[in-house]
Amino acid sequence: MGKLISEKTKQVFLGPLSKNNPIGVQVLGICSALAVTANLKPALVMGISVTVIVAFSNVIISLLRNTIPNRIRIIVQLVVVAALVTVVSEVLKAYAYDVSVKLSVYIGLIITNCILMGRLEAFAMANKPWESFVDGLGNGLGYAVILVIVGFFREIFGAGSLLGFRIIPQSFYDAGYSNNGLMMMPPMALIIIAVIIWIHRSLNKELQE
Amino acid sequence: MNALRKLVDKVKPNFEKGGKLEKLHSVFDGFETFLFVPNSRSKNGTHIHDAIDTKRTMSTVIVALIPALLFGMYNVGYQHYLAIGQQVSFIDTFIFGALGVLPFIVVSYGVGLGIEFIVAQIKGHEIQEGFLVSGFLIPLIVPIDTPLWMVAVATAFAVIFAKEVFGGTGMNIFNIALITRVFLFFAYPTYMSGDTVWVRTSDTFGLGAGKVVDGFSGATVLGQVATASSPNINIMSTVGQPFGFLDGFLGLIPGSIGETSTLAILIGALLLLITRIASWKTMFSVFAGGAVMAYIFNIIGPDTASANFPWYNHLVFGGFAFGAVFMATDPVTSARTETGKYIYGALIGMFTIVVRVLNPGYPEGMMLAILLMNIFAPLIDYFIVEANIKRRLKRATN
Repeated sequence: MGKLISEKTKQVFLGPLSKNNPIGVQVLGICSALAVTANLKPALVMGISVTVIVAFSNVIISLLRNTIPNRIRIIVQLVVVAALVTVVSEVLKAYAYDVSVKLSVYIGLIITNCILMGRLEAFAMANKPWESFVDGLGNGLGYAVILVIVGFFREIFGAGSLLGFRIIPQSFYDAGYSNNGLMMMPPMALIIIAVIIWIHRSLNKELQE
Repeated sequence: MNALRKLVDKVKPNFEKGGKLEKLHSVFDGFETFLFVPNSRSKNGTHIHDAIDTKRTMSTVIVALIPALLFGMYNVGYQHYLAIGQQVSFIDTFIFGALGVLPFIVVSYGVGLGIEFIVAQIKGHEIQEGFLVSGFLIPLIVPIDTPLWMVAVATAFAVIFAKEVFGGTGMNIFNIALITRVFLFFAYPTYMSGDTVWVRTSDTFGLGAGKVVDGFSGATVLGQVATASSPNINIMSTVGQPFGFLDGFLGLIPGSIGETSTLAILIGALLLLITRIASWKTMFSVFAGGAVMAYIFNIIGPDTASANFPWYNHLVFGGFAFGAVFMATDPVTSARTETGKYIYGALIGMFTIVVRVLNPGYPEGMMLAILLMNIFAPLIDYFIVEANIKRRLKRATN
């Protein structure tokens, strides 16, 4: 194995954070990004949940990759993901009940998140457990970063607060400032993601089509 | 005119290549072509040009909007003095309204043209003229009490996301002014609907202001209809006088700044139709579609106030006439095939009435109907062209 963090592993981890970001570049997992980002807190929790699930399902599938019959591999992958999703869902219900209520079905729907199936199929089925774990971690964090950025802008302009704490002072409201209701609606999340993609591509010329 | 031409010619070298103000070339070019028809000639290819270019088209639309603007200014003052129960002269009423409306025009043009200038400089092309009309429409379709910073934010949003990202003038899918309106409507609903935003009761630059008369209610006619509790209501002015068709047609009613007077809008419509800048087909079919749909609701609709609202009233109250004349006929976002214009217009009229009647959450449906049909305009055109190809193919092969 050599060094624990080889050059390739580093690339596997850093790629999805920027140049190969699952949302920004591959444009996967958009539905949940629109649904859970109205406030920063659910966005943060969702990002962490997906990171945990994608990292560990990558490891498990990577360990099993040589024993899974090719014809039924999607079902096996689904079973693994579903098991992990259930664990995360139960943990959230136990320790962060209000957030889990807010996220409602979207935790369960992580099973259908394209990022997961994409990583399992494209990476874990062909790579060793450690690399698969790093890849899952990178992709999950790449997803989480976008969610947090979107959640940040939506909460601060839509509700004037961050993580529930008031950020925009009362004096602004007294002076005629008003929260932007459109920020609380999914269309604005789509526009913010579009702006992120726009800025990202202007900074990275090689991503431009 | 000659003096102006000489002045423009005198400063022109400064802005040409190598001049000291070269960077502002696009700005200068924008002003020059705004003042004078460009004298550039085509060097190859087609030599026949229409005498009217985009800037001339835009200027004509602006002239057509002036009756609605002037009336809107007067009406702002009229509603204000009616609300505080004072009698003032015609001039004072107009001045109050003009001072109230002018900041909107300044903000709308300042923000919109500012963004256009910046984009033109970055991309190195000439300033596009599309915002001339949008910037004039925006002040006319907002309530008088909308905070100016909201108008600025919404205008910036619309110009960037509805226009520049699509490629600028002539490339937009949606009507820019309506995107501004829809942004305001969804982002700041309390400032864009309800019964406190349509009539200014505070002062304007120190003019006016006073105690609001007893029984005052600032709801628009469509607002009253949408929130009515009984199926039969009498629509009222802000101080409790009954309103009829003629009031809606003349326009001394509360509403967005420029949309109230159907008469003033029709004067503009006449100019647009004489100069053939707007299509009579679109305009006519919006009115026809709206009238038919409203009539259907009158006869077989549910027993609610909005379904019972007479069809002729639907056409003169709210933004119906304004949308039909100035928004639906936008040459960029409407259907371009001649048959398509009938379908496009009629569906706008019908959807407007459907929204008004069936969704009490939205007293006014014009904005949503036009934006919805903006999306479908290319599809309508596609089917019209396909049908035409099929028809001719059949004729040729028989």
